Amino acid sequence: MENFPQLVPLVVFAPLIGLLINLILGRWLGERGVGLVAIGAALTAFGVAVLEWIALANTGYAPSVVEIGILRDWLRIPAAAVDIAWQFRVDTLSVTMMLVVSGIGSLIHIYATGYMHGDKMYPRFFVYLNLFLVFMMLLVTGNNFLVMFVGWEGVGLCSYLLISFWWDKTQKDAKYGTVGWKNSLAGRKAMIVNRIGDFGLLLGIFLVFWTFGTLDFYKPGEVPIAAAHGAAHAGEGEAHAEGEAVVDTHAAETPAEGEALQAQPLSAAMGVFNQAETFLAEGREVNFGPFSLPIQTVLTLITLFFLLGVTGKSAQIPLFVWLPDAMAGPTPVSALIHAATMVTAGVYLIVRSNVFFHAAPFSSAVVTLVGTFTALVGGFIALGQWDIKKVLAYSTVSQLGFMVAAAGLGAYGAAMFHLVTHAFFKALLFLGSGVVIHAMEHGHHHVAHAHAEHGHEEGHHEEEAFDPQDMRNMGGLRHTMPRTYRAYLIGTLALAGIFPFAGFWSKDEILADALNAGFLGGKLEGYIAFGLLFVAALFTAFYMGRQLWMVFFGEPRTEAAKYTGERDFGYPVMVRVLEVLAVGSILIGLINIPSGFWIFDPVLPTHAFTDFLAHTVVYAHAGSAQMLLAFIAVGAGIAMLLLARFIYGRHPVVDGDKDPLEVREQTAGIFAYSNARMYWDETYYRFLEGPFNRAALWLADKLDGTFLHDFVHETLLRDAYNGATRVLTDPVDLGLIDGAVNGVGRLVRWVAGGIRRLQTGYVRVYALSVLFGALLIMVLLLAPLLRQMLGM
Amino acid sequence: MQPTVFVPTDLYVMLSAVLFVMGVLGVLIRRNAILVFMSVELMLNAGNLALVAFARQWGLANGQVFVFFVMTVAAAEVAVGLALIVAIFRTKRSIDIDDLHEMKG
Repeated sequence: MENFPQLVPLVVFAPLIGLLINLILGRWLGERGVGLVAIGAALTAFGVAVLEWIALANTGYAPSVVEIGILRDWLRIPAAAVDIAWQFRVDTLSVTMMLVVSGIGSLIHIYATGYMHGDKMYPRFFVYLNLFLVFMMLLVTGNNFLVMFVGWEGVGLCSYLLISFWWDKTQKDAKYGTVGWKNSLAGRKAMIVNRIGDFGLLLGIFLVFWTFGTLDFYKPGEVPIAAAHGAAHAGEGEAHAEGEAVVDTHAAETPAEGEALQAQPLSAAMGVFNQAETFLAEGREVNFGPFSLPIQTVLTLITLFFLLGVTGKSAQIPLFVWLPDAMAGPTPVSALIHAATMVTAGVYLIVRSNVFFHAAPFSSAVVTLVGTFTALVGGFIALGQWDIKKVLAYSTVSQLGFMVAAAGLGAYGAAMFHLVTHAFFKALLFLGSGVVIHAMEHGHHHVAHAHAEHGHEEGHHEEEAFDPQDMRNMGGLRHTMPRTYRAYLIGTLALAGIFPFAGFWSKDEILADALNAGFLGGKLEGYIAFGLLFVAALFTAFYMGRQLWMVFFGEPRTEAAKYTGERDFGYPVMVRVLEVLAVGSILIGLINIPSGFWIFDPVLPTHAFTDFLAHTVVYAHAGSAQMLLAFIAVGAGIAMLLLARFIYGRHPVVDGDKDPLEVREQTAGIFAYSNARMYWDETYYRFLEGPFNRAALWLADKLDGTFLHDFVHETLLRDAYNGATRVLTDPVDLGLIDGAVNGVGRLVRWVAGGIRRLQTGYVRVYALSVLFGALLIMVLLLAPLLRQMLGM
Repeated sequence: MQPTVFVPTDLYVMLSAVLFVMGVLGVLIRRNAILVFMSVELMLNAGNLALVAFARQWGLANGQVFVFFVMTVAAAEVAVGLALIVAIFRTKRSIDIDDLHEMKG
C-alpha cells in the first residue's frame, strides 16, 4: 500500500495509451472496440485514483511526490539554472480532483458510446475525450505551476477540438441563412477568449518564478509551514494534530532529502508556498531590478494575474462569454468539459494557491466580487433562454461563480465541495438534456418520415426549421421518457438546493460562509456576496423549475415531442448512466455535512470532506451550520419552483409565442434583457471587436496597403531593385558574360572556316598528306642517324 | 652449294624504292580508280620485295612469312576495293575519283 502512489503516473498514461490505440487502430476496431478501449482507459485512471485515495487514507493523508526518471528532467537547462521537474503530486486535493475527473469522466465515456452511436467520426470523438483526460490529469497531478499550465493549455485545446467537433453541421443564421461554420466559430471563440485568460495565468507564473526561483508547490517531503505550526487554525486541532504526526513520519522516511535540504540554499529547498510564508514572516521585499516591491504587493499581483486566468478557464466575468457558445459541441462534451471538470480548473487553481490568496486580501475580495456577480449574471441570463442547453450553460456559469466566490471568501473547502457536488448534478442535467435532444431528433425524424410517406412536401422544409433543443417544442416528456424524467428531476432539485440533495449541502455551506464572512468577519464583500448569491440561488431554482415544467410537464407541444422515447439503441446505456449520477447527486452531499445539523450530526462525520482537504489546503476551514439560513434557503427554493410552475405550468409556450413573463408589462423588459443575454456579446462587439476590426482594417489599408505595399514595396524596393538590375543586365550580363560566350563561338567559327578548306574531298590530297605525314615521321625517326652521319 | 650469281641486297632495296615511288606517283596522279588501285598494289609489292630481300640477307624466315600475310591482306583488300568501285560505278556511272569529292568540308 505504501507503493500505491508510485502508480499515479498511470492516471495520465492510461488515457494516453487508450487514445493512441484508438488513434491508430480506431478505424478498424468498430464502435464497440473503440468504446471499450476508451472506457477501459478512463476506468483504469479511476481505479488508480481510488487506489491513491486508499493509500492516502492509510498513510495518514501524507502527501507524496512521485517522479519518473526520464520524465523528471523534461525541462532542465543547467546554464540558465532552470530545473522544473515533472513530478506527480498525490495529496488530498489532487486526489479529489482525480476522483471527480476520472469518475465523472468514465460515466460520460460510457454515456457517449450510446450518444455518439452512428456518428461518422466516432473514433475521433473518443480520441479527443481520452486526450482531454490526459491533460486534465496532468493539470491536477502536476507538482508545479508549469506542468499545471501544460495541462491547462491542453484541456483548452481539447475544449476547442470538441466544441467544433461537428464543424460541418449546418445551422440557421439570422443574417446569412443556412450556414456550416457556426460550430467552428464557437470553438474559435472559446480558444481566443481563453488565450486572454491564459496570458494572465502565464504572467502570474512568470512572477512566481521570478519571486521564488522555483515553481514547485512543495518540494518532496516538505511540510506546509502553516500546517506544521497549526497556529492559524487552533480550532481544528484534531485534524492538524493528525497532519503533524503524518508529516513527521514522512520526514523521517526521507532523511537523505532532509539533509540535502539543509545544505542547499533556501530557494532550492522550499516550494513556492512555504517560501511565501517565510517571506511574509520576514517582511521581505522582492527585487525587480530598478525597483523592489514588498512581498504582499507581489502576491497581490500574482493572485490578480491568476484571477485573470480563472476568469477565462472557469467562465467568470468578463471572460465567460465563450462558455454558452461552447454548447455547440456534442452534449457529453458539454457535460464533461464545460460543466463538470475543465471549467472547474480555475477553482482548483485558487484552492491550490490558497496560501497566496490568503496573503492577498485585496485579491480575495476581487475574486469574491467577480464570482458573486458572475453567479448573479449567469443566473439572470438563464431565466430567459429557450435552448435547453443554453439554460444549463448559463447555470454552469452561475454555479462556477458560486465556487469562485466561496474560494475568494476563504471558504476553500466549500468551494471544492460545491465543485464535487456540481460535477455530479450538472453532468446529470447535461446528459439528461442530451437524452431529451436525442429523443426529440428521433421523434422529429419519425414525424418527417410519416409526412414523406403521405406525400407531404412540407416534410423537408420542416426538417430545416425544427430545433430539437428549443424547450418550446417539448412538453409532456415525463410520459414518454419516465426514467429520464426521474433522473432529471433529482438533478433539478439538487441544483435548486432542495434538502436533502447534494446541491443543498454545498450551496448552503457557501451561503453560510458568505454570511459568516460578512457578519463575523466584518468583510464588506461578505455582505455583498451573501445578498447577491442568495438572489442567484433564487434564480437557480426558478430557471430550473421553468425548464422542468416546459420540458417534462404539460402536453406535447409538437408532433416530435409526442414520438419521443427512451427504448431505441443507445438509450438504455445513456439512461443507466443518468441513474448512477442521480444516486450520486442524492448521496454525495453527505460527505461534508456541517456540524450541529439536525439529526445528521450524530450519525455521520461532520465536515469530513473539508477535513480531508485541510491536510493539503492549509487555509481550508470548516463552516458551521446556519439552520435558519438553510431553512429559509430551502423554503425560498421550493417557492421559486412553485412560482415557475404557476407561470409556466398554466401557460404552455409554443414556438412563436411570447413568454408569459414577456406578456406581462411589468416583466417584459426584464425578460427581454435576459433573453438577449444582457447584450454581453453585443457590448463586446461594439466596444472591443468592432473597434478592433476597424483598427485592423485601417491598419490593413494604411499600414499594409499604402505604406508597406505602395511605398516600401513598390517605390523603395521595386524601383531600387529595378535600377540595380538594369546595371547588372546591360553592361554585366549583355556585355561581359554574353560577350565572352559569343566571342568563343566566333573564334571557333573563324578557326574552322580556315581549316575546313583542307577537306577538299579529293582522294589524292588526302593521300598526299598521308605521304607527307609518313615522310615526316620517317625523318624524325631517322634524325639521330642523320645527325650521326653528318657528324653532329 | 653456293649460288652462282649473288645479287646484293642494295639492288633489291633500290628496286623496291623505285617501285614504291612509282606506286605513290600513280596513286597521286592517276584519276582512274582501277589504276589507283593497281598503284596501291604496286606499293604493297614494293614493300614485299624489300621484306624478302632483307630476309634473305639475314637468313631469317620472318620476312618471308610476313610477305604471305601482306599478300593475303592485299587479296582481301582487292576484293573489298573492287566491290566498292563497282558500287560507285553503278551510282555515278564513272570511276573517276575526282568525281567523288562530295565529302569535302
